Amino acid sequence: MYQNQNLQQNQPMLNSQQLKKDFPILSRVINGKKLTYLDNASTSQKPQSVISAITDYYTNHNANIHRAVYTIAQEATLAYESTREAVKDFINARSAEEIIFTRNTTESINLVAYAYAATTLKPGDSVMVSALEHHSNLVPWQEVCRKTGATLKVIPLSGDPELRYTLDFEWFQKNIDASVKILAITQASNTTGTIVPVEKFIEVARAHGAKVLIDGAQSVPHMPVDVQQLDCDFLAFSSHKMLGPTGVGALYAKKELLETMPPFLFGGDMIREVHQQEATWNDLPWKFEAGTPNIADVIAFQEAIKYLRAIGMQEIAEHDQELAHYAKQQLEAIPQIIIHAPKNAKQMTGIISFEIPGVHPHDIAEIFNSDNIAIRGGHHCAQPLMETLNIPATARMSFYIYNTQEDIDTAIEAIKKVIKIFSPKK
Amino acid sequence: MDMYAENILDHFQNPRHKGTLSAATISVEEVNPLCGDKLSLDLIIENGSIKDMAFSGSGCAISQASMSMVAEELNGKSLEEAEKLSKDTIYELLGVPISPARVKCAILSYALLKKSLILLKHQS
Ligand SMILES: Cc1ncc(COP(=O)(O)O)c(C=O)c1O
Repeated sequence: MYQNQNLQQNQPMLNSQQLKKDFPILSRVINGKKLTYLDNASTSQKPQSVISAITDYYTNHNANIHRAVYTIAQEATLAYESTREAVKDFINARSAEEIIFTRNTTESINLVAYAYAATTLKPGDSVMVSALEHHSNLVPWQEVCRKTGATLKVIPLSGDPELRYTLDFEWFQKNIDASVKILAITQASNTTGTIVPVEKFIEVARAHGAKVLIDGAQSVPHMPVDVQQLDCDFLAFSSHKMLGPTGVGALYAKKELLETMPPFLFGGDMIREVHQQEATWNDLPWKFEAGTPNIADVIAFQEAIKYLRAIGMQEIAEHDQELAHYAKQQLEAIPQIIIHAPKNAKQMTGIISFEIPGVHPHDIAEIFNSDNIAIRGGHHCAQPLMETLNIPATARMSFYIYNTQEDIDTAIEAIKKVIKIFSPKK
Repeated sequence: MDMYAENILDHFQNPRHKGTLSAATISVEEVNPLCGDKLSLDLIIENGSIKDMAFSGSGCAISQASMSMVAEELNGKSLEEAEKLSKDTIYELLGVPISPARVKCAILSYALLKKSLILLKHQS
């Protein structure tokens, strides 16, 4: 697992004040107040280089890819495929054939659920997920289990008070067996911010013959992720949470699995030869990319990856974690507040969920909005987790490279305002 | 922050008709899809009038205040009068600007009321 050595020092790692200047939206003023954006777990903001790449594609290179011989089509194809190379390098896959472009994490997970799980699972088999999953990494497995007669098993949260909001690894070790064909597990929770030490889970799962899908929606944008080192079978993530455009996701899958899997969607581009009654499939990865893809946004995604790499993923991980740690300390200083985060700051990514008793998270978010501070209030697409924790909803702040301690101070002021507005009137 | 005017906070912190009615003629439940908040409404109907009503469940200040105000407004009134209550009536009762993102919260009470009135018609 990623370890932050510098946590004690509380020193900002990145020059976030400087980075903010690369993000035009962060200088937007509404009602006289600058935007304080603290909803990065939902989606990140985009630097000018990403925005410009979209305009540049439509202005200078717009053409469909993979077929035409004319110059702009060749340029577009080259740019699209070079993003695939960039993604491959970013997560250290063996080859670009192992990278499939989708619309988002959700579609990447569905691709595996339909093209791999639904075609191989049988009654008596099981799929294991964890109590921390986002609906995206839960509902597709519920469906697959319903369709195939397989059983859905859930790794619970630890009952140890010291390990609150982390997964019960001992339960996992005891309960995994040869019936478990797929382990689908998040590397970082979008609600509690828990970093799951997935390498431990992967090792045990593989020893029992299970394939492993990692939901990287909250980890790939925020920490170094190396698929060869992890030795996972599948990794799903979204461009839009890592400075890139919406409408682009990626699925990493081991080549030997992709070769045995049938296509997910059928039609143009994914074929080699089509006859009136039958067709054969294209090579990897195009076998899994039916129809005209989101060319402009895939191309712009490469700029996002360049931007992140220029900063360094280890530096980003430490920065996000330090902000979460700082936010936790500030929140702990306010007696009314209940924090839903792991005790050990090293188990946290840049996400912190909290409650103010007597105030609904929507109202917290509304009052934050009056100061142009963007946070999220709700169930964070993790309703089963909310049920387990026995809370209806939380308020959540989530950080990224351009956030500063001052942003958190601004949020803390807003919390004080919330408490004041909702204090009981005599 | 004029959404959190005194009357809203008053109804949120001291909700009228909060609770459940074991002798309810009709009970309905609605979920705010935006936040997953659940509200339940119990009504006792006698001779075409709302003899008593009570609501339960958690939610934001806007949805709770709206339900509390609607209950206060309609308790003891005839079903005909209840039928006449519109979304606009609710906005008037709330008396604060409701942003598009909060419309669902503001009219959750309306959804509960309509659902119970429709079910009542089907029962009779
Ligand atoms: C852990 C996790 N998984 C999956 C998703 C779904 O991502 P997308 O909406 O881009 O498909 C999210 C997004 O919030 C997430 O946080």
